[in-house]
Amino acid sequence: MAVCIAVIAKENYPLYIRSIPAEQELKFHYTVHTSLDVVDEKVSAMGKALVDQRELYLGLLYPTEDYKVYLLMPNGVSYKCKKLLIPCVKSMFPNQLHRYGYVTNSKVKFVMVVDSSNTALRDNEIRSMFRKLHNSYTDVMCNPFYNPGDRIHSRAFDNMVTSMMVQVC
Amino acid sequence: MADEALFLLLHNEMVTGVYKSADQGEVENGRCITKLENMGFRVGQGLIERFTKDTARFKDELDIMKFICKDFWTTIFKKQIDNLRTNHQGIYVLQDNKFRLLTQMSAGKQYLDHAPKVLHRRLEICIEEKKVQINAHVQCCLCKYLAFTCGLIRGGLSNLGIKSIVTAEVSAMPACKFQVMIQKI
Repeated sequence: MAVCIAVIAKENYPLYIRSIPAEQELKFHYTVHTSLDVVDEKVSAMGKALVDQRELYLGLLYPTEDYKVYLLMPNGVSYKCKKLLIPCVKSMFPNQLHRYGYVTNSKVKFVMVVDSSNTALRDNEIRSMFRKLHNSYTDVMCNPFYNPGDRIHSRAFDNMVTSMMVQVC
Repeated sequence: MADEALFLLLHNEMVTGVYKSADQGEVENGRCITKLENMGFRVGQGLIERFTKDTARFKDELDIMKFICKDFWTTIFKKQIDNLRTNHQGIYVLQDNKFRLLTQMSAGKQYLDHAPKVLHRRLEICIEEKKVQINAHVQCCLCKYLAFTCGLIRGGLSNLGIKSIVTAEVSAMPACKFQVMIQKI
């Protein structure tokens, strides 16, 4: 159950960010922005690593005091987590939040912040969520009325994201 | 199957449509060709997004060019590029010996008549004089049928992060060469 989903363009500006609850949006903007650095690090590190690491899914990024950010390593190698001190913000989520990353071949990044309080979301579920996101993004891209680089306003995309978000009353 | 013929017919209509709706000045200064190329660009971007959804990440530029030559070309034209050459310094030449969009044109003389009249006459002269090269004027006439495909390649590369300039050249129908110049920024 995702708490925040962001689609970030090649030039590192957001094409689409949505989070629940709406008041905490700024904080999520910040966390997604900081995770971009780790995404770039992962992607550039892959160039020097083995040829096997060619998947699109990245993984758990890094755990922090408040949040755990997931960045999937291309071939499943676990990443040594760095502890990053972020000023402790009073969070609605007493439990840890995991952040996941995914980079497409066209250098568009998807970052997902997930609340893993109730159920520990398995790897495969995260992968399938990213798969659905990628499929919807491809549909948006093929829409002739959409100019690449604009913010995404598609209703179908919104509906798909809503179906993945957690229900908070 | 049937979709191949559909795309061919649509492409030809597209070229005639753009030229019909253009003003006189536009035909002369090449704006029509730019329009066709830009259409190809946008289509290329969308197509690449769809085709690379499930493929692994690309290692380097050459890997990307090979993908364009094999998978991309196969999906669109049902065949691969016949020859890829490079000087390893950012220039790639893709040669297609039987370019689908041109096969119908060289197959029969009646199509040559509908193409600009000059094209037919020049071809006859060339064959008579056993000249292999088609001169520049004839090149221009064929350009409009290649502009969309040039745009396709440029759009696909741009979405994969490569800025390029793509030009096309026909030496002997229906073979044609696409030259890709990668711009390092």
